[in-house]
Formats: sequence, structure tokens, C-alpha cells
Amino acid sequence: MTATTERRGAPTRPPGRPASDTRGTRTASRRRRSGGGTPLVYALALVVVAVTLGPVVYGVLGGFRTNAQLAESPAALPNPWVMSNYTGVLTNPAFWRYALNSTVIALLTTALVVVLGMMAAYPLARYRFKGREQLFLVFVMGLLFPVTVAIIPLFILVTRDLHLGNTWWGVALPQAAFALPMTVVILRPFLQAIPDELEEAALLDGATRVGFFWRVLVPLSGPGMVTVGVLAFVGSWNAYLLPLLLLQEKTKTLPLGVADFSSQYASDTAGVFAFTTLAMVPALVFFLAMQKRIVGGLQGAVKG
Amino acid sequence: MPGRGTSRPGTGPGESRTGRDATGTGRGARGRRDRGARSVDPRVGSRGRQRLEVLLFTGPALVLFALFVVWPIAKALQFSVYRWKGFGPLTDFVGLRNYGNVLQNEVFTGALVHNLVIVVASIAIQLPLGIAIALLLNRKMWGQGLLRTVVFVPYVLSEVITGVVWFQLLQPQYGVVDTLLAAVGLDGPAEGWLGTPDRALLTVLVVLTWKYLGLAVILFLAGLQGVPDELFEAAEIDGASWGQIQRRITLPLLGPTLRTWAFLSMIGSLQLFDMVWILTGGGPANSTTTMATFLVNEGTKRQNYGVAAAASVVLFVVALVLALTYQRFVLRRDLDTDGGRR
Repeated sequence: MTATTERRGAPTRPPGRPASDTRGTRTASRRRRSGGGTPLVYALALVVVAVTLGPVVYGVLGGFRTNAQLAESPAALPNPWVMSNYTGVLTNPAFWRYALNSTVIALLTTALVVVLGMMAAYPLARYRFKGREQLFLVFVMGLLFPVTVAIIPLFILVTRDLHLGNTWWGVALPQAAFALPMTVVILRPFLQAIPDELEEAALLDGATRVGFFWRVLVPLSGPGMVTVGVLAFVGSWNAYLLPLLLLQEKTKTLPLGVADFSSQYASDTAGVFAFTTLAMVPALVFFLAMQKRIVGGLQGAVKG
Repeated sequence: MPGRGTSRPGTGPGESRTGRDATGTGRGARGRRDRGARSVDPRVGSRGRQRLEVLLFTGPALVLFALFVVWPIAKALQFSVYRWKGFGPLTDFVGLRNYGNVLQNEVFTGALVHNLVIVVASIAIQLPLGIAIALLLNRKMWGQGLLRTVVFVPYVLSEVITGVVWFQLLQPQYGVVDTLLAAVGLDGPAEGWLGTPDRALLTVLVVLTWKYLGLAVILFLAGLQGVPDELFEAAEIDGASWGQIQRRITLPLLGPTLRTWAFLSMIGSLQLFDMVWILTGGGPANSTTTMATFLVNEGTKRQNYGVAAAASVVLFVVALVLALTYQRFVLRRDLDTDGGRR
């Protein structure tokens, strides 16, 4: 695939156009570098789109069909369009309960991660004390521990020792704890990059270092906090294993609800499609709105 | 990290004013030097106060981290040497016997092999595909921004939703995958893609590729943005073709991004749980078990907490060994150059 792209792609740059023509502007050089859109490029892009969106679109459309339609001709469009699957889910109180639980748990996790992560990253970034790097290393080591490794003791700790099984906090607290390492690792360089001069000026004006944190650093760190916040929210919203072990019945989150619904009504394919579609809508809307942040966060994580 | 002076010779607070003045007026090289060597920190009241502030700021995070990360992991280590069904005190010490059981258990060793296959296959499939799509989307074309968003959609969906949708698509006979295949004259396996032991793992891999390819593409695209234009201009002036430029310039410069992505992918593949649990539950005939599904099964369904804990320790050790080896042999150059820049 690569080979053909390359070979076909090469002649798209008009060989006649001298390089010096466009040297002046940066955008022009970027355009030249990236090559142009030939019919083949568009065709390949269409294939990518079809493969990527195909299953999602199929699921969305599947929700508008009846099971009879789905069984008869699985690849056809809805005919007629049926609303009952979607209205069935939307009038199902369990669906709204799952959504509420997911939202609250994700918000709690995000708040914990952002507040505690900022607080922890501040001294690690801007104080000088003995053992600072060692303390930072504690958090870095945390990156190595997946929740899977600790899942059984965590289950026992939360349900038996803390009696937080089946509660929002019981999931939010461990999720926040496991998200903290990444948060601190992302936020520390962010806080370090804020110029010393600002801090000195603030202190000259009589601010304490705590005051500097609240009045200067926190407002300036908005983008960094949004990044780690979105990452924490995404992680919590999509989490399955921890909620699976810790939550039952009334406190279940959307992923648990989707899994339950699909195994309980396995033969009702159209209903399952409607349920999963509605379950993915809020996430898709939120995440696409925040896409730049998510990507930025991931890049930050990759650069580590 | 050498950047900001880590060792600060203790000095009395009285001198701090001078220190600050020097930094305030010093410019250029002198200012830099003063900053690095600033033996007097104007920002610190007293050492005791600083220690208190450090404690107050990092304390809550450390408590949460210790309680929900460190403690459970220590507990996992402890459980792994006991025979324990989840109730009563830990009394039945069995030493390393749980580890012996785990390592001799064919389901677990099978799971370990599956995990390693997924590690290798994920990289082998997603790396070339990801680079190809990233190069494709890096070309100036109509709807580029929209395309980049679309590619990212599967990554945004939870593994559960992905798994449930794909489970329906892959239903034997009346699922749309089999229907489409039938339209071109091919038959899906009678038991379905997920129901046939020698195909199930491959099918899981396909779904994983669908879900995670977008992440690779987005990261690679970001890496491509970081490659300076001047290099391409120079190469073009020298008469290099598009293909040559990609091979000789883009790929090598994308190196750090590729290596870091591969590292993340590796760690993720070793911990794989959600997707498998939803798609196959580890079956059929344990053909898709992973270490994580094995240990959750042992722990929650069979209440073999000791065995589950031993499995989780093995999972961690495998991940650690792989991570360290990878870091030692592959990531090291990236880290070195990074250290030099800082």
C-alpha cells in the first residue's frame, strides 16, 4: 500500500515549478512537502473512512431497523425506519441511571486528579528540597503499575475495608490514584516552564509561595489542567474492569450497562445497536469537542 | 534532572535580598549563571516552612497513591504466597506454590503466549498501516481536518462499546461481516469468527487494530509536524523523490515517536482485558485468554485469590522485564538525546 502511494504520489508535484517560487512562505513549502490530493489519494482516504466509520454507522443505522429487517438483509438500509428501539432505550430508566453514574464518577475522578495532581506537581516542579527527584520517581514508578495487577486486593480494600463497594467514591478514588502518576508526569514540566521571573515578581510584591500558586500558577496552568482533566475523564468514562468488580445494580456505569444489555438481550440485535449507539453519543460529542486536548495530552504523554 | 539546581547549599534567609537583586538585573549569560548557582533562594522563608508546604501540597496525592496503588500492590505480593479463598485470616502459607501452579497451568501459559502474540502482532500490523495512513493524511487535501477526526473516532469509543458492536457484526451467518463475505462468494466459519478456536485470536486482533490504529495515526501525524520543513526543501532541491524523502528523512526523524508509540502499545497489549472479556470471555476453549482475563477469572469466579495474585505478579514481572529490555535497547537513545537537551 505504501509503495503504490509513494510512486503515484511523486508526479503530483509539478516538476516544472521551481523551488524558489514558493520558498518565501512557510505554508507553501508545507503544501509542497505533503504532496497534493490526487484521485488515488482521495480513494485511499475514502477506504480509510469507510473502514473506520463503517461499524459505527452500521450500529447507528441498525438501531433504526427491526430484528426481522436485520436478519433478512443485514447489509441494507432501514426500510421503513423504526424509532421504537431508540425510544425504548431513552425511556428506560436504567439507561439514565447508568449515564448519571458514569458522569458523576468521571467528574469526581477528574476533580480529584486535577486538584491533587496540580498540588503534587507544584513543589516537584518549583521547590528545591532534598529528595525531590526521589519523590518524583515514586510517581514515575506508578506508571509501571497497571490497575490489573492490583485489582484483587483493590476489590477487597474498597468493598470490605472501606465499605465503599457500590458507591461512586469507591470507583473514583482508585481511578484517580492510578491516574495520578501520568498527571504529575505531564504537569511537572508544564509548571517548570512558567518563567521564574513571574514568581520572583509575585514574591517581591509580597505574595507567599502558596499565594503565588493560587493567584498566578493555577490561572496560568489552564491548558495543562484541561489536558490532564480530559485524559482522566476519558479514562474514567471508558473504564470497565474496576467498575465491573466494584459496582452492582443501581451504581453501574454505562460500559457495564452496555455489556449487561447486550448479553441479556443478545438476540435483540437492533435493540443492542440502539443501546450502544446512545451510550456512545455523549462520549463522542464530548471527546470530539475536546479532541485537540486529548491529542495534546497523548503527545505530552509520548514525549514524557 | 540537572536543569534547576537541585542541591542548594544552605544559606541564611538574610542574604536572600542580594541574591534576588543579582538575578533581577543580570541578563544573558550572567543572569543564567546566577540563576543556576543561586545559592540563596529568595522564595524560601525558612526550611521548616518549606518542608511544611511540600508536605501539604504533595501529601494528599501521596496518601491517595499509597492507599489505592502501593498498598494493593503490596497486598497482591502477600496474597501470592498464601492459599486464600477470600475469607478468614491469611494463614495457609504456601510459599511459591501458587507461582508454580500458575506457571504450570496451561491456561495461563497459553494466556502468556496470547499476550506476547498480541504484543508482536499489534506492532507488526499497526506500525506500517499507521505510517501509511499518517503519510496519506499528511498530504494537503480537501477535508483533511475532518479525516483526522474520523480516524480518531474508534479510539474514543470505550472498549466495551467497540466489543459489543463488533460482536454483533461478527455473528455467524446473519452478522453483516458474513453477509458481505457471502456477497463476494466467501463463507465465514460455521461457528463464527469468534467461535472458532483457531480464528478467534486473529479476529480479536483485527478488532484491536480497528480500535487502536487511530491512536497510532494521530501520534505519527503529530510526529510528522515536528519534522522541520527545511530538510524537505533541501532534499527536494537535491532532486529526491517523494518516496526517497519519506524513507530517508521522514521515517528516521519519526523514530522517537514510533519507538514511544510501540512502547505504549506493548504495555497496553500485555494488560489487555476489556475487549477480550466482551468479545469472547477468553474462549472458545481458552483460545483467547489473556493474563488479565485469567487472573480476573481465578479471583472473582473461583475465589482463588492466591493464584490470581501470583498471576498478577507474573503479569507485572513480564511487563517490567519487557519494558526494561525495550528501554535498554531501543528507547535509550531517545532518552539520552532528551537528557542532553534539557
